[in-house]
Amino acid sequence: MSSASAVSAGTVSAVPATRFTAGKVEKRKLLVERVAAGVLGITTSALVVPLVGILTVLVVKAWPALSWAFLTQNPQNYMTSGGIWAPLVGTFYLVFISLAVAAPIGVLAGVYMNEYAGDNWGTRIVNMAVVNLAGVPSIVHALFGVGAFVLFAGMGRSVLAAACTLAIMTLPVIITSTREALSAVPKSFREACWNMGASRWQTIRTIVLPNAISGILTGVILQVSRAAGETAPILFTGAVYYVAVPEQGIASYLPYGLWDRCMALSYHLFTISTQVTGVTEGVQYGTAVVLIGLVISVNVLSIGFRVYLRARKRW
Amino acid sequence: MNDPAAPHVAFRDLSVHYGAKQALAGVTLEIPRHSIFGIIGPANSGKTTLLKCINRTVDFIPGVRVGGQVLVDGDNVFAMRNVFALRRRIGMVFPLPVGLPLSVYDNVAYAPRMAGTARRDELDALVETCLRQAALWDEVKDRLELLGTRLSGGQQQRLTIARALSHRPEILCLDEFSIAVDPVTTMKIEDVLVELKERVTIVLVTNLVQQAHRLADHVAFFNDGRLIEAGTTRHMFSERPREQLTFDYVRGHFG
Amino acid sequence: MVQRFSTRLGLLGEPLIEWTIRLCGWSAIFFVFAIFFFVFREGAPLLFGTLDLTEFFTSVNWRPDSRIRPQYGVLALIIGTMSVTLLAAVLSVPAGLGAAVFVSEFCPRRVREGLKIVIELLAAIPSVVWGFIGYMVLNPLVIWATGAPIGINILNGGVILALMSVPIIMSVGEDALRAVPDTYREAALALGASRWQLVYKVLLPAAKNGLLAAALLGIGRSVGETMAVLMATGHAVQLPSSLLDPVRTLTATIAAELGEAVEGGDHYQVLFVIGTLLMVMSLVVNVTADLIVKGIRGKQNV
Repeated sequence: MSSASAVSAGTVSAVPATRFTAGKVEKRKLLVERVAAGVLGITTSALVVPLVGILTVLVVKAWPALSWAFLTQNPQNYMTSGGIWAPLVGTFYLVFISLAVAAPIGVLAGVYMNEYAGDNWGTRIVNMAVVNLAGVPSIVHALFGVGAFVLFAGMGRSVLAAACTLAIMTLPVIITSTREALSAVPKSFREACWNMGASRWQTIRTIVLPNAISGILTGVILQVSRAAGETAPILFTGAVYYVAVPEQGIASYLPYGLWDRCMALSYHLFTISTQVTGVTEGVQYGTAVVLIGLVISVNVLSIGFRVYLRARKRW
Repeated sequence: MNDPAAPHVAFRDLSVHYGAKQALAGVTLEIPRHSIFGIIGPANSGKTTLLKCINRTVDFIPGVRVGGQVLVDGDNVFAMRNVFALRRRIGMVFPLPVGLPLSVYDNVAYAPRMAGTARRDELDALVETCLRQAALWDEVKDRLELLGTRLSGGQQQRLTIARALSHRPEILCLDEFSIAVDPVTTMKIEDVLVELKERVTIVLVTNLVQQAHRLADHVAFFNDGRLIEAGTTRHMFSERPREQLTFDYVRGHFG
Repeated sequence: MVQRFSTRLGLLGEPLIEWTIRLCGWSAIFFVFAIFFFVFREGAPLLFGTLDLTEFFTSVNWRPDSRIRPQYGVLALIIGTMSVTLLAAVLSVPAGLGAAVFVSEFCPRRVREGLKIVIELLAAIPSVVWGFIGYMVLNPLVIWATGAPIGINILNGGVILALMSVPIIMSVGEDALRAVPDTYREAALALGASRWQLVYKVLLPAAKNGLLAAALLGIGRSVGETMAVLMATGHAVQLPSSLLDPVRTLTATIAAELGEAVEGGDHYQVLFVIGTLLMVMSLVVNVTADLIVKGIRGKQNV
């Protein structure tokens, strides 16, 4: 046996290779593996480390400006200082309305695709459509919003038009995550209900949807963060450079009507970093950090929700 | 209509295709009322398809084509408009136990609620009756809120039977109910079936030839999508059934 | 824990619900066509009218606001998009796939979950924030590192786009690697392969369709990106001669100029024509990626 490993090592080595020590070939394989692992590890770190560094820089530079007043005051002095109240409320408006539109349509579309659609060419076309819809660039969504909602539907540049544009943008992902959540419910449950004389919709309503709702919610929550962060779709459909908004009282929480234009956090970040001169650096970085914080905390919420649900599985 | 001598279920020249594959070919058979009718045969002989035709769950299979007739009490099921009412007249039990992710109580109360029963006392009575009939009541009576999916396999199979009984079916179909279940539970369920046959027509598909011998009054033998032979249990298990194939299968020479 | 289900709806109620569901299901098709229709419609008069398509695709002169003779050559813009996307691809595809391999095959299990969450959070960072990072943080860095007069250019935009694409490439790539059955891994290791040999000789060929799809999806995202490139690549409509030249992409052009264009005017319409072009380009990339992914699912016969 030991002669066999000496042969496989290629040449006769000075140290006689026993059955379980590494021969020359094996040593080289191990070295290559270590080098590869090292290179890949460094590559991965090379991504994570600068990103952590960038985020640190952002937080550090934002620190002087971050405060409760920053969040609750409007921009002042031609937006060179002050806070971000108006854009913050605007973003909440846009997110809430766009999800109120997109979620019902998206969830029902997902229900259709997983529960009703057969295996025919019609279904394949719908599948393709969802994939295509997901791939539309954000600025094209803006153009669509202008052509369809602002002009054709007569909404003008408004919160409603911008929210509808955002809704179309978030629709495909809601559809896809609904489908995945529904397909996670075992088929045997459905069959058991059908055999008892329940119709498809009854089965969906009583067994399938209640057991998939958690996965569906996770997908919808994720779209909250996306709708909050996107700028291009709202650029020409309803976001505005500046508008005065009350800071106190009930009116400060409901400052925008559906037909008004609004400020939005993402657009605000764009304007105060590239369009306005003389903005305090703290305000700029502060706005960026608040936006990141908003988006990341929603995502963390969704991840946490996912983990919690996995633990509470009912089958 | 409900002539006690007339067959409860009758198949007339039934054939079923899944796409290009033929699952059943020209089956003509009658199932008498209030008895246990055994259906035996090797795998892929079409036994499950036969059951699915009775309550029309074949409809859910994509690409299925059905020819011929299936008559329940003289009415062709494929011509019925309210297929849900049909399915409520037939109870179905599968090989793999399925507990719905609801409480035990809600599992059994599901079908009655769908049909409109809402009063708590009626539901309570119904749930208890069905669980007793399924020989499960004693084990779960103090834990009715337990999640159905958390029961053991044997308990879930009896829960399935209780669910099947909950909509008061005239026909109870069981498809190889014992393969995923322990022998003790199997025995309990077999006792249940013997008791039920006074009120319900039972169609028992099984690959356990001895089980058919024990329980069935009549037996039909299927092979490769065709009905080979049908008759009383005594005849089918005797020294001289009509077909050699029957004799071989029953003796365990193949399958 | 007793649930209450309402009793059956009347004979009318249920079909109504099912038709609503069906309608929602088909809505995706409706919206895709609607997007194409409305974007095309706004630019159609110019496209079928006075737009010189040869000039459009081959001229670098983009002077839509000229009083004397407006020119609508988008070649420089196309080159701008391609140059930034190319740089981003060169940076992000190896890095993203490398990270995918690392997380899937070499990473210790506990670190893996944490890393995946970090990547998921990175993917969630909005594009305007990336643009901000390019404009405020990377800008001075580029100037310091290369001595260029402006820090917003192809290099800046390419790096930012790369950082944006890596999470997608990494997570789709990791899915593709995870889809390779463990039996492959066990067989290779049983034959004495090192982990690297396993990756290089077995997994990468087996997962190559999914990895290709991952790369395409990352590139597709770069092509369609607007705010980040608007802020990080500068405003010069020119053919670049080096990585340090500022350029303008197709997407950024629309974002920068639509606000000032007179509604219904020629400038306005040509921007919609560019939008149509962008939509077609992205669709091709994304549909190809999806077909490739479906191809592997179809071929998976292990």
